[in-house]
Amino acid sequence: MDERTEQMTANRAPVIEPGHTFATVTDKISSIVLTRPTSNGWLIGFGLCFLITMVLLYAIGYLFVRGVGIWGIDIPVGWGFAIVNFVWWIGIGHAGTLISAILLLLRQSWRNSINRFAEAMTLFAVACAGMFPVLHLGRPWLAYWLFPYPNTMNYWPQFRSPLVWDVFAVSTYATTSALFWFVGLIPDLATLRDRSENPWARMIYGILAMGWRGSARHWSRYETAYLLLAGLATPLVLSVHTVVSFDFAIGIVPGWHTTIFPPYFVAGAIYSGFAMVLMLAIPIRKFYGLEDFITARHLENSAKVMLATGLIVAYGYGIEAFMGWYSGNRYDSYLLWNRLHGPYSFFYYMLLSCNIFIPQLLWIRKLRTSPLGLFVISGVILVGMWLERFIIVVVSLQRDFLTSSFGMYYPTRWDWATYIGTIGFFIACMFLFLRVLPAISIFEMRTLLPEAEVKPE
Amino acid sequence: MKRTPIYGLLAEFDSPSDLVAAAHKTYAAGYKKIDAYSPFPIEELAEAIGFHHNYVPLVVLIGGILGCAGGYLMQWWIATVSYPVNIGGRPFHSWPAFIVVTFEMTILCAVLAAVFGMLALNGLPMPYHPVFNVPRFAFATKGRFFLIVFSSDPMYNSMATRDFLQSLGPRSISEVPS
Repeated sequence: MDERTEQMTANRAPVIEPGHTFATVTDKISSIVLTRPTSNGWLIGFGLCFLITMVLLYAIGYLFVRGVGIWGIDIPVGWGFAIVNFVWWIGIGHAGTLISAILLLLRQSWRNSINRFAEAMTLFAVACAGMFPVLHLGRPWLAYWLFPYPNTMNYWPQFRSPLVWDVFAVSTYATTSALFWFVGLIPDLATLRDRSENPWARMIYGILAMGWRGSARHWSRYETAYLLLAGLATPLVLSVHTVVSFDFAIGIVPGWHTTIFPPYFVAGAIYSGFAMVLMLAIPIRKFYGLEDFITARHLENSAKVMLATGLIVAYGYGIEAFMGWYSGNRYDSYLLWNRLHGPYSFFYYMLLSCNIFIPQLLWIRKLRTSPLGLFVISGVILVGMWLERFIIVVVSLQRDFLTSSFGMYYPTRWDWATYIGTIGFFIACMFLFLRVLPAISIFEMRTLLPEAEVKPE
Repeated sequence: MKRTPIYGLLAEFDSPSDLVAAAHKTYAAGYKKIDAYSPFPIEELAEAIGFHHNYVPLVVLIGGILGCAGGYLMQWWIATVSYPVNIGGRPFHSWPAFIVVTFEMTILCAVLAAVFGMLALNGLPMPYHPVFNVPRFAFATKGRFFLIVFSSDPMYNSMATRDFLQSLGPRSISEVPS
């Protein structure tokens, strides 16, 4: 390490503020769950999100009664909000797996204080994502037909279809995320079991901890399994959004049928996911006083990841536009024209501003360490990434090959109720998670402390 | 009064370095049936108590191979034997289209093998364990480090083993009733 890099490393904010010991780390994180009284802020926030979840339930109930006709979808735009939101939510989930698996393999130990709630975020985002294609089926109660199981109809799924690939990719992803998260929780659940005073809490945490006692043999197998899970989750997370992009790219619709889709979808997923991580981390560290554990370093690193993935996304847009022109294909060039000048062009310019131009402010170091500034920019990016999927799904479909089948897509109040409802459901789940489980991995934080180092005899 | 049989002797240490050093010495002194407990993973510790490799990777490999073969064979059987559908004259056994699901099934089965294999090899869930009878053991999930010599060790002798553990400089020593 030369002098300059050494100095730069010294100047950077620490991953964990000095002065903490095993006991203070344990107490500080577990007290949020065990001793801190339920605050009014929590009750109000959770109550509000719970109400929005009820709106979702109402919208879904009405959908079951009336069918997908209550949504704005029609021919030619048959994919509307349901698919836009599906892709948006599943993309948000990707940052959690990136943080927990890929950064673990790359030995980025700063991830230890944000991986737990990022994984929770993944889980809830995948739950929201999973709802949409099922609701979009028309007969959602027959969703199990998507899985191969022996049945009296003598019927099997069509394995040449990317939509069936997606069923496998998303359900594998949901299962893996849930298990990875749970495995990471086991040692912390044991800590909560041993520290809670309430007999009910002790029993519930005790059952969930399954008798974990921290034996060296157990830790050895645990660490191996955890590392292998990370190794398996890494190609998986890259494959999930790749397969989601196949839903589009395998089709022949102009604007969908392109080979840039898989890498550009994966980068966009991580982009929006980190934006969501920041939007959650910034209030959590503020309200629960966790600035010692989620430091300016975490904010800055996440901002850098957003900057990098944002540039990959910008490259994707550039290539899409270039190929629209360079291919000489009249449908492809028309799609480009339609994006720039068609009825939805306002949203395309919004998308370019939200995803490409405004995030360039992250080059300013001061902004990368300002919680408020990052919070705002993350919000802008989340809107931008939602618009990206809207442009891909709606603008590609609304003007079909024949002018006779041109059409417009207008979302109805039920589209909005379902979308906003899932946001409420997602945040309500986060509130519950913060209240009953340790939001930061306690045992991994212990390993970051200087006293955790084994000195040679 | 009936004396409870003893499960082992539990020594408590303050730091991971003390525990690793103590584990090394105990193993070197000839005690083989020992275990150590720590609130976070310590790589050196498993080595120190003579636990060098585990079978988790093998289990995961088997899970992955089964998932891969099972996933592919399922699609092959469905597409060519059970439910052949002629789409534009393409071959029934159109293997490139089967890669994605094969990959996902490989990951899924390997993940299930990793999680449930790890739990099974660790003998979890196991809600009751004798070490939980020692009240101080609650600190094993907070910031204390424990070393146990099981009474099943051939060298175990309640007096001599206690003296030996005392020589390692622990914070406390407790008898673990079984």
